[in-house]
Amino acid sequence: MRRLVFLMPLIVIVALVGTLAWPILEGRDPRQLPSVLLDKPIPAFELPGLMSGGPGLASAVFTGPDRLGKPALLNVFASWCAPCRLEIPRLAGLAAEGVAVYGLAYKDDPAATLGFLEQLGNPYHRIGVDRDGRVAIDFGVYGVPETYVIDAEGRIRHRHVGEITDQVARETLVPLLESLTR
Amino acid sequence: MIAELGHVALACALVVALLQAVVPLWGAAKGDAALMAFARPAALVQFGAIAVAFGALTQAYLVSDFSLANVAANSHSAKPFIYKLSGVWGNHEGSMLLWVLILALFGAAVAAFGVNLPESLRARTLAVQGMIGVGFLAFVLFTSNPFERLIPPPLDGQGLNPLLQDIGLALHPPMLYLGYVGLSTTFSFAVAALLEGKVDPSWARWVRPWTLAAWTALTAGIVLGSGWAYYELGWGGWWFWDPVENASFMPWLAATALLHSAIVVEKRGALKSWTILLALVAFAFSLLGTFLVRSGVLTSVHAFAVDPERGLFILGLLAIAVGGSFVLYAWRAPTLEGGGMFRPVSREGALMLNNLLLSTAAATVLIGTLYPLALELVTDEKVSVGPPYFEATFVPLMIPLILALGVGPMLAWKRGDLTAALSRLWVAASLALALGLIVLYLWGAPVGAALGLGLAAWLAGAVLTEWAERVRLFRIPLAQSIDRARGLPRSSYGMTFAHLGLAVFIFGAVGETFFSREVVRYVVPGDRIEIADRTLIFKGVETREGPNYQIQAGVFELDNGDVLQPERRFYRAEGQQTTEAAIRPRPMGDLYVVLGEPAGDGRWTVRIYMKALAIWLWIGGALMVFGGLVSLADRRLRVGAPAVRRTPLPPATAAVGEAD
Repeated sequence: MRRLVFLMPLIVIVALVGTLAWPILEGRDPRQLPSVLLDKPIPAFELPGLMSGGPGLASAVFTGPDRLGKPALLNVFASWCAPCRLEIPRLAGLAAEGVAVYGLAYKDDPAATLGFLEQLGNPYHRIGVDRDGRVAIDFGVYGVPETYVIDAEGRIRHRHVGEITDQVARETLVPLLESLTR
Repeated sequence: MIAELGHVALACALVVALLQAVVPLWGAAKGDAALMAFARPAALVQFGAIAVAFGALTQAYLVSDFSLANVAANSHSAKPFIYKLSGVWGNHEGSMLLWVLILALFGAAVAAFGVNLPESLRARTLAVQGMIGVGFLAFVLFTSNPFERLIPPPLDGQGLNPLLQDIGLALHPPMLYLGYVGLSTTFSFAVAALLEGKVDPSWARWVRPWTLAAWTALTAGIVLGSGWAYYELGWGGWWFWDPVENASFMPWLAATALLHSAIVVEKRGALKSWTILLALVAFAFSLLGTFLVRSGVLTSVHAFAVDPERGLFILGLLAIAVGGSFVLYAWRAPTLEGGGMFRPVSREGALMLNNLLLSTAAATVLIGTLYPLALELVTDEKVSVGPPYFEATFVPLMIPLILALGVGPMLAWKRGDLTAALSRLWVAASLALALGLIVLYLWGAPVGAALGLGLAAWLAGAVLTEWAERVRLFRIPLAQSIDRARGLPRSSYGMTFAHLGLAVFIFGAVGETFFSREVVRYVVPGDRIEIADRTLIFKGVETREGPNYQIQAGVFELDNGDVLQPERRFYRAEGQQTTEAAIRPRPMGDLYVVLGEPAGDGRWTVRIYMKALAIWLWIGGALMVFGGLVSLADRRLRVGAPAVRRTPLPPATAAVGEAD
């Protein structure tokens, strides 16, 4: 029995090496994160807003008649995420150009989210509070920030992982949004 | 030509390492002194050969020899001298060459300074060090050869990532590697002890300085990296719980635990098999860190080139080194038990609690770092755990650690008196309580801030009390106290400084987290910006020329006339842009100004932070490093272990001269 205790480190390291080798042996590149939901309808969800009683965010918003044939952005963010801070001005820029930008507040305290938006300005048309990250899991969110381009029929057309830099906004998002607008 | 010389030298080093791994081990098994003696010259020659290779690569960088693929991909002729030099390790191949150089340096240091080590222990330690060398030299030669030629050579190089063209980052990797790789020495000592089948206090005395040297360098490396993130990335953050940061933090936690458990082995002969395990685990974490940074299995802001083949190679090395040592451990460690008995409330007990909490903390960070991978393996779902996870799991572990840290050094060995220790700490306790209550009720700050600052005060108070007790301050005449203070061993001062450094660090971390302010807005020249109790006037943006970049500098004037100039730099060769924050550090907080993007209509985005108490983060880190250095200079470590004093005493500079 006592010998077993001394075997524990070996068992742990075997499990660890197995876990680490698996993604490499499967040949997947972690930077390539194509959404499994690409070109599929967004998962159905309904989330409360930041203010109790205020408007929240639901999947119906992306398919509803008020889309008028225009695509939308869904940005997954959190007040504790540093790159999210950097991309807020760019999201604000896109919103100012008439893009519908929605926010998913991922695993964040609503009070902290409010403080974050007070400091940086609020680029979001509407925000859904995803306290436990369930909706983010349905979307397959890998880390924050993440941004989804959703067309007027409510299908996911593109997923961007990480900060939206000027280059990403200019070369990827804007052309795609334009091509999706009818 | 010089590059080929470097390549050949590297191949020679591999052959020597192979011999170093086999011959002394065989000699130790057979008791053949001549074969065992082979270890020392082999370790020195191996180091010499790798130094030649490293010198060859450095030369190629300094003269901008773009016929080397590595130089062409990572350097540029217009780069300043210092970044041509740091460019040598600013890329995957070069940094691995630095890795093996430092590995061989530690091997050579054991060979050169371990004059009074027992012969078989030295032979076995160097043989294990040789084995690690074989693995990593093969890795460099077969998967990451820095000496590959490029035909035809390009006219100029592609340049180094501008974020890496920074003095903090020039120093960060060598320090971090000294720490990571320094833990290979304790690993080799532990494996050698398992092979020998005995762990005695003299072994612990031998291992302590190496652990201390590695720990000190690792601490310095982490602090430098964190400081770099703070001023260079322009987010004003200093720790992100990023996988790569965690990769350096896990070995640090294990090394800290090892540092403390080795004291118990040295003084009391207890906790032997646990200490051996920690020595193995600390290096396992170093290898894991190397793997995580290079393989790209986890996405991170500072991952190196992602290459599955290299990832698998390092994972294979990890599996062999760690798996092999754990097999040996399972076989030999059960026979190591025994040693001094002690009560739960005693110095040993306190150090055990420290180890328990530190290793749980390391496990917590490991789980948080690898959890996304493990979950994907089981459920095929990708998730991320961010700072919320670490704040919810890591921070609660630190609270009992800090509380116990105040009391531990006051307890006697074997059997301590908790009531007596606590009664001597009433000053620290009331200080902590008073500060906590002031923060909570007078400042109206959150409970976390009160708790954190209270803990910092408790620790600082307890550390100073412990020192005062040692010199019997105010209990005997002051002159005698001063004499006593002079007579205290340096290792005791090392502990005092390191623990005080931790208190100061907590003070800064809590202050920065809870009391920082930030303002983000558009400004036009002439605008006034108010933050905390400061007012800044934005004067405008000037265009300037840097050595290999163009500068847009924002000019901000403070009410007292001081000028802050944050920059945006455009690197032509690399076609990239960086932001350089302007930071005005003051004891109560840093004023941190970042020039953002132009809005196009003459307005600029600016981000201005008041980073409360941030400077104490670095002062605390520096104090910890200083404590490590002071402790390394202790006489006890410079003079050899008692077990070998039957042989004539070596010169007083032996043992760890190289490491401090």
